[in-house]
Amino acid sequence: MTKITFITSDNESITVEGHSGSVMQLAVQHGIKGIDGDCGGVCSCATCHVHVAEDYFEKTGQAGDIEKDMLEFEDNVSEFSRLSCQLEINDSLDGLVLTVAK
Amino acid sequence: MKKSAHADPFEKARLDKGFGEMNDQDDPVVMLLRHKDVRKCAHNWKTFQSGAAPGRIVIPSEVPIRDTRQIPFELDPPLHGEYRALMEAWFKRPIEKNYQEKLADQINASIDQALEMGSLELIKEFSLPLQSRALTLLLNTPYSESDTWISWGTHVFRSEDDPLDSSKANILYDYIDEQIEKASQNPGEDLYSVLLASEAQGRKLSKEEVKGVMILTFAGGRDTVINAITNTIAYFADHPQSLARLREEPEIIGKAVEEFIRYFSPLTHMGRVATEDTQVCEHAVKSDSRISLCWASANRDASVFENPNEIILDRKINPHVGFGFSHHKCLGATHAREILKILIATLAEKVQSIEIEDYQENIEHWGEFQRKVGYDSIRVKFQGR
Repeated sequence: MTKITFITSDNESITVEGHSGSVMQLAVQHGIKGIDGDCGGVCSCATCHVHVAEDYFEKTGQAGDIEKDMLEFEDNVSEFSRLSCQLEINDSLDGLVLTVAK
Repeated sequence: MKKSAHADPFEKARLDKGFGEMNDQDDPVVMLLRHKDVRKCAHNWKTFQSGAAPGRIVIPSEVPIRDTRQIPFELDPPLHGEYRALMEAWFKRPIEKNYQEKLADQINASIDQALEMGSLELIKEFSLPLQSRALTLLLNTPYSESDTWISWGTHVFRSEDDPLDSSKANILYDYIDEQIEKASQNPGEDLYSVLLASEAQGRKLSKEEVKGVMILTFAGGRDTVINAITNTIAYFADHPQSLARLREEPEIIGKAVEEFIRYFSPLTHMGRVATEDTQVCEHAVKSDSRISLCWASANRDASVFENPNEIILDRKINPHVGFGFSHHKCLGATHAREILKILIATLAEKVQSIEIEDYQENIEHWGEFQRKVGYDSIRVKFQGR
């Protein structure tokens, strides 16, 4: 199991566990506030925007080209922004900390 | 080409110059055709506004037939955000289990009836009633209201011979005025009552503002939803193996819905009004003239979508703009997505095959472009499993 912590806009810290699927799906399953995942994970709605904690950014890696295009017009984008529908859960992400974008 | 296919009329212009031009009631429109430009200009509300004269960002323009401002659609930030925030939670209700169960009951009944009838005219006898009944859930009004909406026919604004039929529009506006009056005298738990009790700009919403929201809700989700339902069923008629695949792999239904929205793009384009002299694709756009964001063209842009003219049911990366993009992206999208998801799951469960017996395509004319958006009529025969 991979543990992932979400920090929501009201500064609540929630740690959940998953073993497969996308981080967005995991967040939606656990009702993480601010992660809607409207499009179901095909990179079209940008309602699953998160900031990856700097220490983990090497593990998640940079956004892909299409994902970067989606993020280009999002508010509050940082250099550690990702769309969580494009993050596949695997062991290497264990302990990952994500701040849900406003 | 298969009967259910929708060609892309914009490809050449999109590649050659990136825009098209059309006239509309002497208020011309520069149509943006590339994915990147469409997204960029949709986001840039300062230069390309929605808050112009009511009806002007709609193409064909509704300025001659409408004075009521549609809300939040015809507002710009920051005011837009204040009104939109009032409605977000309400329009997210379709993700609730209870809502989905009611919607599934309606769709089940519609499909059972279609199977019983065998052969039917899909738009009038299936898609329009289904869309209208589902709307009672979104508005939280009695189911019986849908009979009235069904009786209006397929187009709220458009009659067969006149694209802007004001007498038809007035039927809707008068109906909404009446409902607002009723809700104001006797508040209930419907959308009218919820809006009447809401506050923006430090005061209660006016009846005119509530009317603006309701017109948008009725008009925005009518032809679009009807076309999405009809086109999806026509596609399954031509591709029985796709229906079989979705029966075997229900987990890809969500992706298939996004792909249908991309491919069919139920709303071809939406206008904006330039607030300053500017340019798009090296083409001058004068202040107070119109551009349009052509979602249908952007959704076939080969620089973003591989094999854009093919329906790939489980397309993994699909940044389509079928529900629009940025601040004004479709408020009814959650409702529309749920309708399509449940429709597909129920068809897969109950229907063996669908046959198109006869059809008349609905072709839109936008200047140099002719685009199939759906059907004027289509007779199909359902075969149960």
